[in-house]
Amino acid sequence: MSIAGRDFRELRLEDLSRSFGALNALKGVSLTVKRGEFIALLGPSGCGKSTALNCLAGLLTLTGGSIWLDKTRIDRLKPEERGFGMVFQNYALFPHMSVRRNIGFGLAMQGKSKDEIARKVEEALSIVRLGQHGDKLPGQLSGGQQQRVAIARAIVIEPPLVLMDEPLSNLDAKLRLEMRAEIRRIHDLIGSATIYVTHDQEEALSLADRIVVMRDGAVRQVGTPTELYARPAHADVAEFMGYRNVLSARVLGGSGSDVQVSVGGAALKGIAIEQRPDEQAIVAVRPDDLKPANDGPVAATVESAQYHGREFYCSGRASDGTELYFCSALPVQKGEMVRLAADPARVLIYAGAS
Amino acid sequence: MTETTAPLPHTSEERTPWRVRLALRDIDGVTLLVLPAVLFVIGLFVYPFLYGFVLSFKPRAGDWLANYRKFFSDPFLYDTIYATMRLALPATIINVLISIPVALRVRKMHRRRLLTTILVIPITLGTVLIAEGLLNYLGPQGWLNRSLMLFGVISSPLRLAHNYTGVMLSLILSGFPFTFLLTLSYITGIDASLEQAAATLGATARARFRYILLPLLAQGLAINFCLSFVQTFSVFPSAVLLGAPAGDTRVISIAAYQAAYEQYDASMAAAIAMIMGFVQLAVVLLVLAGRNLFYRGAAGGGKG
Amino acid sequence: MGRDKTISERLWAAAIWTAVIFFIVNFMAMAATVVINSFGTRWFGAWLPAGYTTRWYASAWDEFQLGDVLITTFEVVGAVVLLSGLFGVPAAYALARRNFPGKQLVILLFLLPLMIPPITFGIPLATVLYQLGAGGTLSGVIIANLVPTVPFVILVMIPFIEQIDPRIEAAARVFGAGTGRLFLHVLVPLLAPGILAALLLVLVRTIAMFELTFFTAGPDSQTLVVALYYAVYAAGVRAGQSIDAMAVIYMITTLLWLLIALRFVDPTQIVTRAKQEAAR
Repeated sequence: MSIAGRDFRELRLEDLSRSFGALNALKGVSLTVKRGEFIALLGPSGCGKSTALNCLAGLLTLTGGSIWLDKTRIDRLKPEERGFGMVFQNYALFPHMSVRRNIGFGLAMQGKSKDEIARKVEEALSIVRLGQHGDKLPGQLSGGQQQRVAIARAIVIEPPLVLMDEPLSNLDAKLRLEMRAEIRRIHDLIGSATIYVTHDQEEALSLADRIVVMRDGAVRQVGTPTELYARPAHADVAEFMGYRNVLSARVLGGSGSDVQVSVGGAALKGIAIEQRPDEQAIVAVRPDDLKPANDGPVAATVESAQYHGREFYCSGRASDGTELYFCSALPVQKGEMVRLAADPARVLIYAGAS
Repeated sequence: MTETTAPLPHTSEERTPWRVRLALRDIDGVTLLVLPAVLFVIGLFVYPFLYGFVLSFKPRAGDWLANYRKFFSDPFLYDTIYATMRLALPATIINVLISIPVALRVRKMHRRRLLTTILVIPITLGTVLIAEGLLNYLGPQGWLNRSLMLFGVISSPLRLAHNYTGVMLSLILSGFPFTFLLTLSYITGIDASLEQAAATLGATARARFRYILLPLLAQGLAINFCLSFVQTFSVFPSAVLLGAPAGDTRVISIAAYQAAYEQYDASMAAAIAMIMGFVQLAVVLLVLAGRNLFYRGAAGGGKG
Repeated sequence: MGRDKTISERLWAAAIWTAVIFFIVNFMAMAATVVINSFGTRWFGAWLPAGYTTRWYASAWDEFQLGDVLITTFEVVGAVVLLSGLFGVPAAYALARRNFPGKQLVILLFLLPLMIPPITFGIPLATVLYQLGAGGTLSGVIIANLVPTVPFVILVMIPFIEQIDPRIEAAARVFGAGTGRLFLHVLVPLLAPGILAALLLVLVRTIAMFELTFFTAGPDSQTLVVALYYAVYAAGVRAGQSIDAMAVIYMITTLLWLLIALRFVDPTQIVTRAKQEAAR
């Protein structure tokens, strides 16, 4: 194994901003990435994650801030001078070049010898398991294979940093799972840092060492997948991370990990994540943490139930009209009254009113 | 077990009606809508062409090849091919070559529409008006000569009209916008992410042009060259009005026109038109053959 | 990538823009020469005419019978626009919706009149028209002009029709619309923008179509471009200002329709749509 990401200690983004006319697509984004880390930039479309990636690659100029690779400032460099590998959403394979020439393009641009190029291209082909397809044109490959070529082309230049822009969004569901594992395997093999843009929280949770949640051009939260899954720092992050029940509530009393709130006409216990200045609060609960129980505090009328194999995904309405999403192991009928309960550790309480 | 082995009745079930059989090949009432236009083009394009072809072998005097023999033995006639080439080839090459860097620049512009609108005007006005305008503008007392003298570039007026230069300038003025807009549409058809990908892989602007854009553009440029060449090769109004129609710019279309409308020799005129078409075809085939040396296919970056 | 940093890159960009501006300035100056001369009393050996007048327009109108010429021009253009729509749109619809055997051949047939310059096929066409007795007449001019415009409408309309979802028509049929009502209530409204664009382009092209009209027109069936050509050809017989007055009238007629057309189409369409078919 000789393909390995170029050595560096850390990549620092300091207060990056970018505006398009009156629109501020990126507002003061700061982040430090260590070698070997897999970072996911996660957010809804238009949140600035792709802008951030393009600024890193040098395809967009920054309007403010700086990018540092160890002690070198690189934000004024052209993309061809940065030496980062990039995997594009549509793969951007050169349609007139064979797979081998596509992969060897970056090495040829570096002026490497023919022998070295041939050797490294072979190695990259075997890393992405495309050994026998080297002489084909990109048009002759399937979507998944094109994806592998795009990855091979990015890693063969041994970049310190690999940038990936929603690389799986053009693949079907089955292939997506398969390539997800491939991408992580290749990342671990190469040892460079990867910055991966996605809007799919599941992808981010399963791939990344750290997730950067973005919204409206700013970073909302940086954390490990478990932190983000269990303890989103803000109500909007919680909503994005799959907390489908984001409800306005009134604080009844308590503090820290033992707070009582009134929501949907019932009292619930939960954990305060954000300090609250007044009695108004927002409660976030995952549907799979809200379950029917005989002595559950929340009463609701079932409105719909979808069978998902293991459980029924249901929606219901509380006595005061609040819409609730919950899961049930047992079949429930439309119109049926259920009582729902949630583990207080899984009930997150945020400041403000929604 | 009493199995009825009676033969199947011979009904329409076995023989598919012709209507259905045709419909299976996508021929039905809707398909017939194409017929009037097809008949029109066959009657007024294909037939006249074939008629002209046959007519060219029925000269007013002499054997069936007399027209062609006359054309290729009379320097007054065969020189027109050279005179036309001398205008059409350089004009086309200049237009195509200049259109590439300009289109590469313009592609990055945000307000492309203004420029393309301005450039559409010369195309729309056509060669007759441009010839008339240039007669004044390029004349010894025209603004161009006056400006050049004002800035001290020349001391006496250049002779720009009624000669080769005048026709050449008019071919560039009327031909460049066409060539440029075609090049622009080919260049904007190339997925921008291909160039970005090349840049992230370390390719400089020059290398990106050499290894990515040019190969992907080659086939569009070949077609562009052919279309532009065919247009300039059939130059007529400006060669007459702005050139020296009896001398330097006696192009092949003038010879054809004179045969038809001054000597009233329809057979000879048809022969010259056929020769004109043949030369155009030869150049087009030559260029298209060269085109195949390059990659041909989609200029997109995604799934082929 | 849009940044120009090194000096050579800046110089290169400056050189390109200079070339573009030089081109546009020369073109505008050429057009301005025509306009100014048409209003000038006497213009020789100076930057601008000695004085200004509008009398050349009156004399051009009389000398060149511009009233008649304009009427002829609009008759020709109107008929060409109408007929090329009638021939072209149904054919384009059939080509866009059906995949019959020989379709490629039919498309090639429609490409040829657009690829082959009018000069080349104009002379044999005129010969045939004169034999049929249509040469030198208004109908002859209209027929000749239709040869490139019918294919043009077809090739512009095919992609336009293809991008309309055929399920819309299927839905109309399912809900019981017969062919006639389908056409009237569903297709015409859907196709109207495309037809409008195609026909406006035909209109602009036909006003400026010199060669085919020139070969087939008689003294009473000249359009404005052909009349302008004859005037310039016989320059010296008439005052140059008079010719330029006619040129200005021609420019106004053409550019007016161009402006209208540009409200509905992208300028590049005028050149590229039909030609890109050739690249297939």
